[in-house]
Amino acid sequence: MCLAIPARIVELEGDKAVVDAMGNRWKAKTTLLPEVKLGDLVLIHAGFAISTIDEEEAKKTWQLIAEINDFNETQNKISG
Amino acid sequence: MLDRINKAQNMIETACKKLGKQINIMEVCGTHTVSIFRNGIRTILPDNLKLLSGPGCPVCVTDQSYIDNVLQIADNKDCLIATYGDMIRVPGKGGSLETKQTTANVKIVLSSEDALQLAKDNPDKTVVFIAVGFETTTPATAVAIKEAHADSVDNFCVLSGHKLVVPAMKALVSTKNDHIDAFLCPGHVSVIIGYNSYKEIVEDYGRPCVVAGFEPIQIIEGLAEICRQLADGKTKLESVYSAVVTAEGNTIAQKIIEECFEPADGYWRGLGEIEKSTLKIKDKYSKFDALKRFDITETPVEDTSGCQCGEVLCGLIDPPQCKLFGKTCTINTPIGPCMVSSEGACAAWYKYSLKEKP
Ligand code: SF4
Repeated sequence: MCLAIPARIVELEGDKAVVDAMGNRWKAKTTLLPEVKLGDLVLIHAGFAISTIDEEEAKKTWQLIAEINDFNETQNKISG
Repeated sequence: MLDRINKAQNMIETACKKLGKQINIMEVCGTHTVSIFRNGIRTILPDNLKLLSGPGCPVCVTDQSYIDNVLQIADNKDCLIATYGDMIRVPGKGGSLETKQTTANVKIVLSSEDALQLAKDNPDKTVVFIAVGFETTTPATAVAIKEAHADSVDNFCVLSGHKLVVPAMKALVSTKNDHIDAFLCPGHVSVIIGYNSYKEIVEDYGRPCVVAGFEPIQIIEGLAEICRQLADGKTKLESVYSAVVTAEGNTIAQKIIEECFEPADGYWRGLGEIEKSTLKIKDKYSKFDALKRFDITETPVEDTSGCQCGEVLCGLIDPPQCKLFGKTCTINTPIGPCMVSSEGACAAWYKYSLKEKP
């Protein structure tokens, strides 16, 4: 549960942001990373941006998450 | 990419041959455990290199007494329990939050902010946030407590089950067993605490600590770096995850944690009581402390199910060595938290041994 997800800041007002990862959008806060700007890529964990991240690294993590999700779905099918 | 993998694999092989004895590396983090199994990393390692899954899944290390306290609070009709989904199936003495869902108000939230919002939306209920997690998760809880304080959301409180990674690692190398040669350190916990936090383990306990991300290549390169250090007899602090992990970490997050919490001695499943390893809410915010609000004292309980999660979490046994593994304890009928949690070592072994012999 310590996995943070890379996402792009697509809306930002004060410390309230809307972030986008792989087309999914949700609300997050930038309280722990006050210097971020609109359009920045960040790691989100439990609703908070905890670090900035570069494009290449973000893409690799998205891929990894997609694979894990795929895998979990397959597993659910296997285990009933 | 293949080049990098080959290079790292060669480094591991050369180092392990030079060492010529059994080497045990503990991957501290549950997300590493999953990635290692999913990518078959164990199958490409030399025979004398063994990976041990450590206490890095917050769900797995939560003591049963914590779950029992949660269940006890859940019986209170005026309460709403707000919890991360991960905790919902963990068994306590009298069932789990999942089994309670029919009789009690249990809501799954994705963040502490959602829990706080739940309190604002339900002023006639006391919302109790089940706050588990390591340093990655703690800042979110701290911000919610500060906001509740600032906005006087008096019907919000937190049952802190937050834990610190480094004291547990120290406990593992100082008492329980000395068969851990090195640590592969968690990526996203280190984003917050910074890799300098492992300094003491490297310098005082002589164990290499290497921080790695979650991709297979980063894990393999992390292991290669550890093997190289062990073979050269030079222990050092290293991060192969420099894209996001710095030496100091996120200092703003650290300050916010410090403002709301202080380290206290606390219980871990399997590891027992560890000095200054859990976080308790500071007096300044005591009104948001569920322990105080419900007058709960923390006492450890004996687990009588026969589950050996404790030994699994310390790297003393592999899950299949547990008598219940694959028999009464399976993914569909989990008995202990290491099988319940998707990041638990028992769950990872169970899922992957369906496909291959790890
Ligand atoms: S297999 Fe099940 S009972 Fe055995 S240690 Fe793992 S979770 Fe506990």
